[in-house]
Amino acid sequence: MKVLSLNFLTCAVKTCKTQSTSYPLHPKDAELVQDDIELNQDFLINLLPRIDWTALSTTATELGFPALPPTPPTSEELRADAKTLRDLHSLLLETQMVEGKLVCASCGHEYAVREGIANFLLPSHLV
Amino acid sequence: MQYLIRFTQLHETFRLAEIKALAVLAGVDLKIISYSDESPFCLVEFPSDEAARAVIERSILAQSVYEHWGTAETLDDLHATIKRDTAHLWPLYAEPSFKISIDSYRGSRSQKQKVALINSFSYLAFKGPILLSSPDNEFTLFEKWALEPIPEKKLPSPLQVYFGRLISHSARDLINTFDLKKRDYISTTSMDSELALVTANIALAGPGKLFYDPFVGTGSFPVACAQFGSLVWGSDIDGRSMRGAGGKKSLFGNFQQYGLEKFLGGVFVSDLTNTPVRKARILDGILCDPPYGVREGLKVLGCRDPEKDVRSVERGKLMYRDPAFIPPKKPYSFIAMLDDILNFATDMLVDNGRLSFWMPTANDEDQEIAIPTHPCLEVVVICTQVFNKWSRRLITYRRLPDSDVDVAALALRKKQEDQASGRSADDLNPFRRHYFRGFKSEQELDAVTRETTQLQT
Repeated sequence: MKVLSLNFLTCAVKTCKTQSTSYPLHPKDAELVQDDIELNQDFLINLLPRIDWTALSTTATELGFPALPPTPPTSEELRADAKTLRDLHSLLLETQMVEGKLVCASCGHEYAVREGIANFLLPSHLV
Repeated sequence: MQYLIRFTQLHETFRLAEIKALAVLAGVDLKIISYSDESPFCLVEFPSDEAARAVIERSILAQSVYEHWGTAETLDDLHATIKRDTAHLWPLYAEPSFKISIDSYRGSRSQKQKVALINSFSYLAFKGPILLSSPDNEFTLFEKWALEPIPEKKLPSPLQVYFGRLISHSARDLINTFDLKKRDYISTTSMDSELALVTANIALAGPGKLFYDPFVGTGSFPVACAQFGSLVWGSDIDGRSMRGAGGKKSLFGNFQQYGLEKFLGGVFVSDLTNTPVRKARILDGILCDPPYGVREGLKVLGCRDPEKDVRSVERGKLMYRDPAFIPPKKPYSFIAMLDDILNFATDMLVDNGRLSFWMPTANDEDQEIAIPTHPCLEVVVICTQVFNKWSRRLITYRRLPDSDVDVAALALRKKQEDQASGRSADDLNPFRRHYFRGFKSEQELDAVTRETTQLQT
């Protein structure tokens, strides 16, 4: 799944939903692959307001990408800044996590990712 | 300006819903002048040729759209109308190449008759060359004949005739491209390509939008949304449905088959009642065909009876880190599931984002399942596909902006507890219960039981 997905996912355990530490999930032993996708500027600009920037910065650093700027660019800034566009495109849309684990910092639960598919099913004592 | 839409005479209740949705998507004003479920011809008003093209070129249930030159009950009247109303247009088409075709709905014309019909338009005085393949302008004479099963009894002439200039064909070819028979990986519950594409249109799938299917299965809906340029996600409680046999025979393989893999945001295994999706209003659309509990089980995570199943809970505690561990599941109430879908959509959709889902119901009024409602969601349109004793409905909602939500109704809903009770799949799912009883009423069932008891004694 694309790194963008990690920005939309949190821990599935109900009691973790109220804990700020449960988001974002932390990739562990992550195996990444890089696709080659044509850059679509409008698409990224449209996506920008739906992204949690702090969480994305954390994910980027943990996956070994260069640090993102501390605050999200505005859509005008992004339009004018080819490098940031390129970097965001590469991180969010071209990078896929295919193997590894996603760990919740609140409850410690590890969600396995196999062949690009994460498993969020919980055992009965956590439902 | 008036335009004539030539629909396909199939899935009638979906046709206007689709066209209206596409007009919203294209930001085009659309006025329906005349429409009937019994006829494939629909008169509408669009502001321009470009607007008509923008709407119809993405339609699945329309075949094409025409600039409307006239409608009449007889051919003579039609010619009179065309001469009266459109003479100022004729010079525009006098020089370029052209072609006139005949489209007889519920009727047929011999080649000789067709030529005679075409020649009756000679007063248009088009001097350009006649090209049968890709002419500059194409005109069509439509005939609507009466429904008559015995050909000899056919009336001598059609009920109504229409004439128009072709503006654009629709996207109906996509049905063939996405045909399930040619898809590498499908399952028993894959949605057929035509209805999946129509659903994506009604839900306003479009470039740069984010769509999610919480019951993704083999990915029929996300594939359709991706075709229209949306970025898509999907999840399913059963990971096997997405993984398949791997390679071409998997959900990802389906995206590869159509060259749409760049639009696949990701898929994951999860249950809607314990969803890992972050609660934020980021989705443009949610599309799904939730399990009806007939062909596939309707289950959620949990134990049927936590007191009896202590051992399995304990086992889960010890084993859940094992990659081969399969968490226990319990039957799920159909009504509760519909409620959960609405709640989820309320939490996730952007303002005016759409939720479209399929829901089965018995045709018998007594057994009908009510349309679920939510104060934050407004029903946009309900389309019905009728089978013998049951139907399935495609229900589409619009997420109201918070300022338009009835606050009192919302507070009341939050108070009401989930009242679903019962443990067996039948108790929880009225549709499943009726389905396996053949949609018989309670009296009919009583009579059957009495008969069997009598036979036994």
